[in-house]
Amino acid sequence: MTAISLGAKKVKNRRPANSFLSALPWIGPAILLILLVVVWPAVELIRISLTKITSAGVLEGFNGLGNYKLLFENPDLKTIAIRTVVWVLSVVFLTVIISLPLAQLINQSFPGRKFVRWAMIVPWAASVVMTSIIWKWMLELTSGEFNLTLRQLGIQHGQPVDWLRDPRFSFFVLIWVAVFVSIPFTTFVILAGLQSIPHDIIEAAQVDGASAWQVYRGIKFPLLRNSLLIATIINLINVFNSFPIIWALTRGGPGYNTDTTTTFAYKMAFVEYNMGPSTALGVINFGFIMLIVLVYLRVTKATRDQA
Amino acid sequence: MSRKVKKDKVKFIWTPKKAATAISAYMVGIFFIYPYLNMLLTSLKPHGELYATPTTRLPKSWQFSNYLDVWSKAPVGNFLRASIVVSVCATLLVLLVSVPAAYYVARNRFKGRSAFLLLVLATQMFSPTALIIGIFREVKFFGQLDTWPALIVVNAGFNLAFAVWLLSGFFSSVPVEIEEAAMVDGCTRFQALRRIVLPVTLPGLVTAVIFTFVSTWNEFTVALTIISSPARQPISTGITTFVGQYDVAWEYLFTTTAIAIIPVVILFISIEKYLVGGLTAGSVK
Repeated sequence: MTAISLGAKKVKNRRPANSFLSALPWIGPAILLILLVVVWPAVELIRISLTKITSAGVLEGFNGLGNYKLLFENPDLKTIAIRTVVWVLSVVFLTVIISLPLAQLINQSFPGRKFVRWAMIVPWAASVVMTSIIWKWMLELTSGEFNLTLRQLGIQHGQPVDWLRDPRFSFFVLIWVAVFVSIPFTTFVILAGLQSIPHDIIEAAQVDGASAWQVYRGIKFPLLRNSLLIATIINLINVFNSFPIIWALTRGGPGYNTDTTTTFAYKMAFVEYNMGPSTALGVINFGFIMLIVLVYLRVTKATRDQA
Repeated sequence: MSRKVKKDKVKFIWTPKKAATAISAYMVGIFFIYPYLNMLLTSLKPHGELYATPTTRLPKSWQFSNYLDVWSKAPVGNFLRASIVVSVCATLLVLLVSVPAAYYVARNRFKGRSAFLLLVLATQMFSPTALIIGIFREVKFFGQLDTWPALIVVNAGFNLAFAVWLLSGFFSSVPVEIEEAAMVDGCTRFQALRRIVLPVTLPGLVTAVIFTFVSTWNEFTVALTIISSPARQPISTGITTFVGQYDVAWEYLFTTTAIAIIPVVILFISIEKYLVGGLTAGSVK
């Protein structure tokens, strides 16, 4: 797939640039849809965060930073913010670290490779909520696959562990499920990167006597830098936004024990009807994503211009 | 895009090293489908076996009738109808909007082209989750809470970027000369597009269609927030109604998820080779 470049140099037409107006019949509907579905809600979110709003959603005039003040007075916010950082970093880190060797593995040739790749697509294609609910069942106290296996292996005796309700484990279980659903996409991005490495470079190195590890470390890994970067950035955003896993497995509970800023904002708005601080947190979440998007645009711009 | 021409089929020779590679790959494959196998097996158990001790992995009596009974035990038909209507309409809307945009961007220079592409790329990165309160209030403003059109438009908006990026890549791969030749031969621009360009870009269109369909099918947060009546729930939020109950009917829950998951997995597998290019805006080939 050739990337299209942002600059005009790749466009084959040598005619002078058309006016924006002549493009409008073609790209206007797309712009309209983006304005309606992305820009409007973003503006509305920011506007409400600066407005006094009742639990019923009635607006009562400009409120300055009142909602933000309320948000930062919330005693639970600090823990939730720290947990969010831990959540995002650990899920993304584990995902990338596990996906690297997996991509290498499914890039080898062996009989049935197609089926292994298909199997790895399943968690990517399946709904995340449904996958989370399946894990909820597998982690069930007495009949769940997980405890059953531990019992049969003789690792667990006596009282089984309630993985999702035990505060010592529930957060790690969420991290685990998030890593599970993030690996397939990440592995396929890295696999695409591996497949784009020209064979002759690798063969040349092999002829020169490089070991498999030297080829990987010295040639493949540096050439994967771009795929890794893209996969990491997209995962950062996805994991930060990841609402269905936490909602389906623990609802952020018990209490706020497994909430991230994303589920916390949702909970305040639609469970506790505490709209004001929720919109303030929503804006902060949105700002964080904007930041990563800007990094992404910078990173991909370089590639797009090379192409 | 073009796959390497298949090398002459070399007969695979088993060596201990290759066997180790193959076996670890099979284990990885099994690992990733295991939860879904567990789902299928549980969906075939009678209710009494769910919590029976000792627990067994395979059903003792295979209750295939679960797949018939579930339709009357839960409004699965309604869920599926909602999901199909919303996903099909969102997909059509995405096509209608993205094809002209992608084509024009691939073929023309115009003022604001870079800005437009940046806007599209930025929206691809946003998920509706971060904007959910804004989306909720906007939908309410238009009086469309608890309606399918709201769900359709929001899903179309967030899937537009994938389609525009993927399709403009395909459109740029058709040499403009072929198209111009057709126009010299008396085709209108639209005819040239329909007869020359669309057939070549068909894999891109199929990918865009399937991707939008599947991601709308799986969308959870927006549906949870704006659809409140059980009769209008799509399957992604509909299934959660099983979970809240005191005695979860896991066997019916899993027949429903199996019905929802299997078709989209097959669809996704069919577009495997184009997925990464569309999702990473072509920056990973």
